[in-house]
Amino acid sequence: MSRSEKTKSLAFGFLAALILAVGSAGCRESTPHADLVILNGAEPESLDPAAVTSQPDLRVVSALFEGLTRPDPITGNPIPGLAERWEISPDQAQFTFYLRSNAVWSTGESILAEDVVYSWRRTLDPATASDYAGQLFYLKNAEEFNRGLLKDPNRLGIRAIGSRILQVTLKQPSFFFLDLCTLPALAVVPRRAIEQHGDFWIKAQPLPVSGAYELDRWRVNDRIRLRKNPRYWDAANTQNQLVDILPIGSASTALNLFMTGGADIVWDKELIPVELLDLLLKRPDFHPFDYLGTYFIRFNVTQKPFDDPRIRRALAMAIDKRRLVEKITRAGEKPAGQMTPPGVPDYTPPGGLHYNPELGRQLLRDAGYPEGRGFPAFKYMFNAAAGGVANNHQKIGVELQQMWKEALGIDMELRQVETAIFFAAQTALDYQVCRSSWVGDYNDPNTFLDLFLSHSGNNRTGWKNERFDQLLESANRQTNGVQRKVMLGQAEQLLVEQELPVIPLYFYRGVAYYDSRKIQGVHTNILDLHPINAIRKIQPD
Amino acid sequence: MYYFKRILMLAPLLLLISLISFFLLHVAPGGPFDKDRKSASPEIERQLNAKYHLDEPLWRQYGRFLKGAVRGDLGPSLKYRNHTVADLLLQGLPISLLLGMLAFGVSAGIGIPLGFHNALARRSWRGHLGSLLAISAVCIPVFVLGPLLVMVVALYWRILPPALWESPAHVILPALTLGLYYSGKVAGLMREGMLKTRQAEFITTARAKGLPEWKIYLKHAMPLAILPVVSYSGPLLADLLTGSFVVENLFQIPGIGVFMVNSSLNRDYPMVVGTVLLYAILLMVLNLLVDWVYSRLDPRVQYQA
Repeated sequence: MSRSEKTKSLAFGFLAALILAVGSAGCRESTPHADLVILNGAEPESLDPAAVTSQPDLRVVSALFEGLTRPDPITGNPIPGLAERWEISPDQAQFTFYLRSNAVWSTGESILAEDVVYSWRRTLDPATASDYAGQLFYLKNAEEFNRGLLKDPNRLGIRAIGSRILQVTLKQPSFFFLDLCTLPALAVVPRRAIEQHGDFWIKAQPLPVSGAYELDRWRVNDRIRLRKNPRYWDAANTQNQLVDILPIGSASTALNLFMTGGADIVWDKELIPVELLDLLLKRPDFHPFDYLGTYFIRFNVTQKPFDDPRIRRALAMAIDKRRLVEKITRAGEKPAGQMTPPGVPDYTPPGGLHYNPELGRQLLRDAGYPEGRGFPAFKYMFNAAAGGVANNHQKIGVELQQMWKEALGIDMELRQVETAIFFAAQTALDYQVCRSSWVGDYNDPNTFLDLFLSHSGNNRTGWKNERFDQLLESANRQTNGVQRKVMLGQAEQLLVEQELPVIPLYFYRGVAYYDSRKIQGVHTNILDLHPINAIRKIQPD
Repeated sequence: MYYFKRILMLAPLLLLISLISFFLLHVAPGGPFDKDRKSASPEIERQLNAKYHLDEPLWRQYGRFLKGAVRGDLGPSLKYRNHTVADLLLQGLPISLLLGMLAFGVSAGIGIPLGFHNALARRSWRGHLGSLLAISAVCIPVFVLGPLLVMVVALYWRILPPALWESPAHVILPALTLGLYYSGKVAGLMREGMLKTRQAEFITTARAKGLPEWKIYLKHAMPLAILPVVSYSGPLLADLLTGSFVVENLFQIPGIGVFMVNSSLNRDYPMVVGTVLLYAILLMVLNLLVDWVYSRLDPRVQYQA
């Protein structure tokens, strides 16, 4: 063999070996097809109920772990979950939950009251570092425990008073505590697996779960496969054996997969290609619906000139919100006058300020800037687009720039930053005006209003208002539900008609693609909750 | 001896690269836990930073990273907190390697014959057409070519799936998308190499000996003409094997190209250093390999130890 031939055969041998090795590792072992394939949006950051915060993560975690209550597939309202019934004290501050006798882990052991106590303590334990621990602050002593001021977990307002009886004491009455019990942060998690495997417990084999599905496999950026948990107390009503949840990074890829039959459901608003909205809206398999989400603008009220509420009101009145939803978002969104979207039961929200450029100019004149003269140029901060509807941030900024220039004669510059910088800058109040949004966790105005309490980490406007704090706090101490909502309405009125540290722009519209002749059980509700175990595929492909 | 020395040099280089990427990233504003939903209390943020040692001085964090890295432990991902960086890279690397190698096959398989043809037929219409093809391949970016291929092949003809990574059929479109782009570059290099080599004296000698044309080009000119392609192969392979953000995003392929880009946007510090190190190792090893192949193909090349 000559020298060059030797080299060639060596190189080929090397390449062939490499391809073989990689090919055997890179190609998926043959697995059966799932009964249902759902395109879910971004890859979940975690599947630990205490750690998750974003919608795609929450949707998967809810299938794995259940709490005392679970959301009704049609309305999203709480219905019995691991607890089969409960008693509520007349002052709405004490709850006694009775766990089901047939509630068991997927590994066969009973789910007992002690498991619930452990799970809630874990969420509240500062060492767990759960971002959603605040949902348990309604529990007696919970906030103090989470802040590290109280060390003894036995003083928390949760106690097992029988192997399947749980007593929960709240620090004040709560009308939405049962709603909170549906949230993953309050779900029941397996103590032994967590203590044994630490941060990576979700990968334990076998992983004991309390929900309708077991975690069959999880390959990041590829898929999460769920397998029916036959030991789940309501397993008889779980509709599918195998469900694949696919993370998808690009809206057009999601649409392509759906169109070619590679997916049954697409249900994340980030997965809707905005350019095609007009076409999509005409399709029978495209289902838009209203839900609890609001797009709004934050002001940094600690800086001039936005420390003056007249100026904030002037800017709000100069925005023609209809133009934003008709020209940019285009999925049937409604212009927002207030933070709490319509549809919250027994709540009449304030109407907010209406489009009135004339009055806006008047307010600006009163504040010392007639026709916008002398008004300092300012920056509108928004985060870089990630694709899908996120592209709208810039378009909305451009539209606002034009409207404020036309109506008030003031100049605004756009400041686009990376998402990580965006939220850091918001927290540090290193901005003047910026885009924002909020999705409600439960069906009550409090989930939108408590952001703006003076001490809330989600305030991020520098706005501190004693009256607002008092109104909200006394509303939440009420035992009369009607009176409570009236007071919440007053607080919201103060927020969106007088003070305006924020300008609500429009209410989100949820969207999902699925062929309703083939898929049943996806109900559009205001909470955007669609329990996977209730979804049924009628015709197999 | 020469190669042994080169391998020895890898360690200090990697150290330097990890140091630079580690500190550069920490200079960037924003952190891994800055998001829309603030933690319930400041104590949680403190605990979170303490848990991942982000509250320590940078030099100590770097020391901790190095200590782990030597043992193959790159630490937990700060974005995907249920996974370690090593797990995520090991999960995605085989996929990126397979896709990269197939794409390399496409670019070499199309580029080398095309460049060869374009050089030999350079004055005829076939040569012009070939050059036009090569130039178009370079000019059409992956994010245009990919959706075009998907539209025609997956949506209109419905002969291949539009995305995902499940069966051999799923591999074809992404490999083509990624490979076609580079095939234009390879063709250009091959053409240049061939044009230069055909003027060399040993080609005239071969012709004088009365050898048939095909033999002159394939046997005598080829090993020398292909050298530019060989030296380009090192960095090209390193690029292809570490995945492509655009192609992985477009076809939803669970490789490591997406991490290469997103981990720095997410301020996932350990993940960024992990991906940078991986890329550096691949690049250095492949360059070493290229130099070795070079010396075998061209007898004039000698490396001094």
